[in-house]
Amino acid sequence: MKRNKTLSVLKYIFLAVLSAVSIFPFFWMIISATNTAAEVNAGKLTFGAHLAENLSSLFHSDLHFGASVGNSMIIALITTVLALLISSVAGYGFEIFRSKARDRVFNILLLSMMIPFCALMIPLYRMFGAAGKAGLTGIGLNTLFSVIMPSICTAFLIFFFRQNAKSFPKDILEAARIDGLNEPRIFIHMYVPVMKSSYAAAAIVTFMSSWNNYLWPLVALQDPQKRTVPLILSAMGSSYTPDYGMIMAGIVIATLPTGILFFMMQKQFVAGMIGSVK
Amino acid sequence: MNGNQFPADGQGKNQMWKTSDKVTHHTLEKKLNRWGWIFVSLSAVLISVFVFIPMVGALIMSFQTGKGVNAHFGGLTNYIRLFTDQTVGKALGNTFIYLIIQVPIMIVLALIISVLLNDDKLKGRTFFRIAIFLPCITSLVSYSLIMKNIFSNDGIFNQMLAHIGLSPILWTTDPFWAKVLIIISITWRWTGYNMVFYLSGMQGIEPSIYEAAEIDGANAVKKFTHMTIPLLKPIILFTTITSTIGTLQLFDEVQNITQGGPANGTVTISQYIYNLCFKYTPNFGYACAVAFIVVILIVILSMIQMKVGGKDNQ
Repeated sequence: MKRNKTLSVLKYIFLAVLSAVSIFPFFWMIISATNTAAEVNAGKLTFGAHLAENLSSLFHSDLHFGASVGNSMIIALITTVLALLISSVAGYGFEIFRSKARDRVFNILLLSMMIPFCALMIPLYRMFGAAGKAGLTGIGLNTLFSVIMPSICTAFLIFFFRQNAKSFPKDILEAARIDGLNEPRIFIHMYVPVMKSSYAAAAIVTFMSSWNNYLWPLVALQDPQKRTVPLILSAMGSSYTPDYGMIMAGIVIATLPTGILFFMMQKQFVAGMIGSVK
Repeated sequence: MNGNQFPADGQGKNQMWKTSDKVTHHTLEKKLNRWGWIFVSLSAVLISVFVFIPMVGALIMSFQTGKGVNAHFGGLTNYIRLFTDQTVGKALGNTFIYLIIQVPIMIVLALIISVLLNDDKLKGRTFFRIAIFLPCITSLVSYSLIMKNIFSNDGIFNQMLAHIGLSPILWTTDPFWAKVLIIISITWRWTGYNMVFYLSGMQGIEPSIYEAAEIDGANAVKKFTHMTIPLLKPIILFTTITSTIGTLQLFDEVQNITQGGPANGTVTISQYIYNLCFKYTPNFGYACAVAFIVVILIVILSMIQMKVGGKDNQ
């Protein structure tokens, strides 16, 4: 009995320590966003009164932070809408009308998940570069198009929607077909409303990965005006004397959308993340 | 099996309209089949254009030497150069260190946390779960910069060490500690992510199995090693493979915490590829050859893991 009690205490201590370690960087980020660079460097662990000042230097820095928030938001929203539309149509197509040939195509598409992005980055860079040079200025490098296109269709999302389509009641489909509804209408009027929570979960993961994406935008967006939030933060962090008060304020802003999504929709947030291993 | 047949429903009708139904059934199936292909075609095209075609492009480029428009077929030149390139050796070495040390630590830690949190009687369970998951909401760049600041040579961590009388650790200037810092950072960011997978897997395990084991006298450790781990094996395998693929492509953290330094002490393959293209004089052909190391490693390691993990699945 006594042994059990010490074990139980140890368990709580272990979890408390881990929680503290997990939370401390957040605490540090928020505290530092309200302090001056000098105070951050001195290790000040209490709230200061310099948040407004940090935000002002953030938005007035010559790195166009304000524009980057807009760029990131537009890119993340367009990517999410397109990705959900395209992948859910495919997931429906793969699961509701199965055939051997289509299963084979599906398996080939799944292989794309194993291909590392570092191998695709160079050909994609040249592809969009060539499009820009050929006069197709709207779809070359430094455009929204070039950042959005490579991420609007992922095998992960198709897989996610296909898994979720499995639970869709088949007799509803059959009834609708007998009533003479065509497939796009069945998809829009029956499948989409029923699958609302799957869409919410998929929207969260897609938005988050687009909002946080770093490597491809870094390669595709060389124009300072077109850059996204992670690129600006990274540039600020790698400057010779980084102003950490300002940077932490920027990180707080960068973390807000995903943080709000998480606390408002925890269930869908987690469902989206683990969606592929049901 | 699923959508393109109307088994139960069609039976009764079959007897009533023997001939005509066969025709309608056939045309309906044909129609569905056509819609099926239309529905999947856009995705298939997009993935081909943005993954498979570039992949072939990278393979072709990896055999080319020369810069920009002067690129021409160079045979195996790039691949031969890989063997004498010290940075490639360094990057591979670093990546393997991250892989061998970080992935097991994170997975074991996530498993232990999940077992502890899977207990209904645990007080503050929701709080612990949210706290440990919280790092997942940060972007890789954001958390890297926070870590860089906390662990800088005169940062808050070293100040705390000094406070309790310990000498500071040279996190960013000592190649050993720089690697430790990268490992700490990745573990901080991804342990909670893996925990979520295990917790959801544990929900599928019947509590009665554990109760039966307890009656048979199994202690907590036995239950963990003999029951939880085997039952979660597919999920552990999945997380190991995703973590491995992620580690092999490591870029954001290293780029933002240490910039690959000191003296390439933390450089990764992805980062070296980036540098070859956008930092030094661009050498796309050679960069593609380096990228194919990652492709090959992912294929080999995933195959090994599936073999080891799937061995006694039957």
